[in-house]
Amino acid sequence: MSFLDYSAAPESTGIVSLASEYGLFINGDFRPGRGQVFESIAPATEEVLTRFAEATPEDVDVAVAQARTAFDKVWSKMPGRERAKYLFRIARIVQERSRELAVAETMDNGKPIKETRDVDIPLVAAWFFYYAGWADKLEEATGSDTPTPWGVVGQVIPWNFPLMMLSWKIAPALAAGNTVVLKPAETTSLTAMLFAEICQQAGLPPGVVNIVTGAGATGRALVSHPGIDKVAFTGSTGVGREIAKGLAGRSTALTLELGGKGANIVFEDAAMDEAVEGIISGIFFNQGHVCCAGSRLLVQENVHDELVSRLTRRIQTLRLGDPLDKNTDIGAINSRAQLDTITALTQSGVDEGAGLWQSDCVLPERGFWFPPTVFTDVSTSHRIAQDEIFGPVLSVLTFRTPDEAVAKANNTPYGLSAGVWTEKASRMLAIVDQLKAGVVWSNTFNKFDPASPFGGYKESGYGREGGLPGLLSYLRPHSSSAGGK
Amino acid sequence: MTRLDVKKTYKLYIGGAFPRSESGHTLQVNTHKDEHLANVAQASRKDARDAVVAARGAQRGWAGATSYNRGQVLYRIAEMLEGRREQFVEDIRACEGVSQRQASSQVDQAIDAWVWYAGWADKYAQLVGNANPVAGPYFNLSVPEPTGVVAAFAPAEAKNTSLLGLVRTVAPIVVSGNAVVVWTHPRQPIPAMTFAEVLHTSDVPAGVVNILTGLRESAAPWLASHADVGALDLMGATDVDWAALEAEASATLKRVLTPAKSVGEESLARIRAFTEMKTIWHTKALG
Repeated sequence: MSFLDYSAAPESTGIVSLASEYGLFINGDFRPGRGQVFESIAPATEEVLTRFAEATPEDVDVAVAQARTAFDKVWSKMPGRERAKYLFRIARIVQERSRELAVAETMDNGKPIKETRDVDIPLVAAWFFYYAGWADKLEEATGSDTPTPWGVVGQVIPWNFPLMMLSWKIAPALAAGNTVVLKPAETTSLTAMLFAEICQQAGLPPGVVNIVTGAGATGRALVSHPGIDKVAFTGSTGVGREIAKGLAGRSTALTLELGGKGANIVFEDAAMDEAVEGIISGIFFNQGHVCCAGSRLLVQENVHDELVSRLTRRIQTLRLGDPLDKNTDIGAINSRAQLDTITALTQSGVDEGAGLWQSDCVLPERGFWFPPTVFTDVSTSHRIAQDEIFGPVLSVLTFRTPDEAVAKANNTPYGLSAGVWTEKASRMLAIVDQLKAGVVWSNTFNKFDPASPFGGYKESGYGREGGLPGLLSYLRPHSSSAGGK
Repeated sequence: MTRLDVKKTYKLYIGGAFPRSESGHTLQVNTHKDEHLANVAQASRKDARDAVVAARGAQRGWAGATSYNRGQVLYRIAEMLEGRREQFVEDIRACEGVSQRQASSQVDQAIDAWVWYAGWADKYAQLVGNANPVAGPYFNLSVPEPTGVVAAFAPAEAKNTSLLGLVRTVAPIVVSGNAVVVWTHPRQPIPAMTFAEVLHTSDVPAGVVNILTGLRESAAPWLASHADVGALDLMGATDVDWAALEAEASATLKRVLTPAKSVGEESLARIRAFTEMKTIWHTKALG
């Protein structure tokens, strides 16, 4: 054993008791779906965890109708102070069941337990706690005497932060007075079902939260349903375009949180040790399955060699393997399909002439795995500098002047995130002014907070989640024109 | 013998210049009594492209001007409009056939709208942006920024919009630092083109406001799909198939306002509709 070897320290799965099959959560109860039952596997082992019901368009109809009834008869009439207390209750139950949720999320998604335990689930509780407090302050939030929710909201979320994305969607929607029908991703529906149980434990009125499982067809039925007043989607830019096109001509409101190709800009004067940690967090957090990942490293030319050398040395120490092990840094890729995408894009980097470096960590035999990867000598036209890889693959480019850094950072149709590493605050602020990105982290990366708005410029989507803007996304605009005539 | 008056040739307003349409096409514009009033330029797809290029070129500088400076430029527009109010009353009456009083009231409202928006230039960010109390040692601030280039269609109603509709469309777009390509009322473009002369003498940088005239169907899809246009204001596009334009805009994920998704004519919500929220996190540390 060298000093980097540790004994296995797996978190016990005994805390999670899964049903062999889950139905749809509609009007406060689980019921079978009309579609096919599908299996959910653990990406780290390829073992079947449980089964979910596919919701058909008829099931979606029922869910939307129940959400409408709950909106009309209960939720829209309830005083904000009472709505707030339900959300506070949910926040508390999430805290109480946090370890169980973390283990379940790690089993289902493949991400390391240290992330679900320390980031995902604490943020879920924080999100409900934060928005709970807004539920009875909508007049102050909008500057209007008549803040008006949209009504029934249809929400579709991705597989990279399953329960966290659910909380980003449901907490502000409920606080603003809407009822929801939510579809989790087909590979990661497990914690949404546990959340349905939490709604029951909290005594949430039936129909306020409805959860329908299934794949793309279920999602399409939901976002195109005529009974939906607002659609909120997080996922790929391609699907986002399709949803926007489908809703053209209608009054249905839409917010989209889509892909990204974030630039992480490192100047020569940056604190290098901190920058190395930040770059690693930026691209290897959650195996790089992060829309706001810092997937393009822009480094000032004169410190390129030193930085890349320190970076690869540090990456070599990252531990890849059993996501339930408390010492694991890099977990499993979420699905075979995603692994194939990452593999193909990585091959394109090699084919186009970029320099490939990969950690020589050992990959487990079963499950879906990809080693931490760094490409050097990347040019802006390479696919690995333009396409979202959504995996643990970093593309390194160089720049000489601040203007060149800005030009390269903005050279993408996306505009979700960026990072700036420099000890000079005046330069940082001037660079931030020029970046076309919705979130900019300076001397840090991949930080999230319910009080902090998140969302993109350009083809990374529109609307914000988090903070006051995230609340206003769930209220009709006429009621949020503070200062209007 | 009475003196023959000199008539004006109406052209487009692109990049701070008044070019004819590259297509050579014109559109005959009539009074409300169907008498010939003028031949205006029928803008083409290529004119629309030139306007987007001009807007893109001007946008960064306009957004980079201080808010105080933008506010003063908008106020200057109100001053110049006031100075030429009689001409606008005449233009509006000729196009719309409304009374002197109605036309005069429309000009009043247009001037006052510029004054109202001028004041917003250095204030809207204080109501829309926030300091965010995050749970960690970070300075965290959200600030609104202009979306970029906006393509807009001024309202096409029969009365009381030929000047005011254009003003209420353009002002909330440019106040935050966007550049705009705006298409005038298709049948009543004269007050809008006289207004271009006001812009031209109000210290508005060339290319910040670009004005196209003529029927709007032909070039509209081209603006809706242009990758350099970040947002599309279709609230006034009731004369065209705006739903098809909204669908077209989805390919580049433009922010779109439509008659079915509209915000108040003079409101903070309308300024906000053409902005993006940028959130900055910065680490706090003593060492």
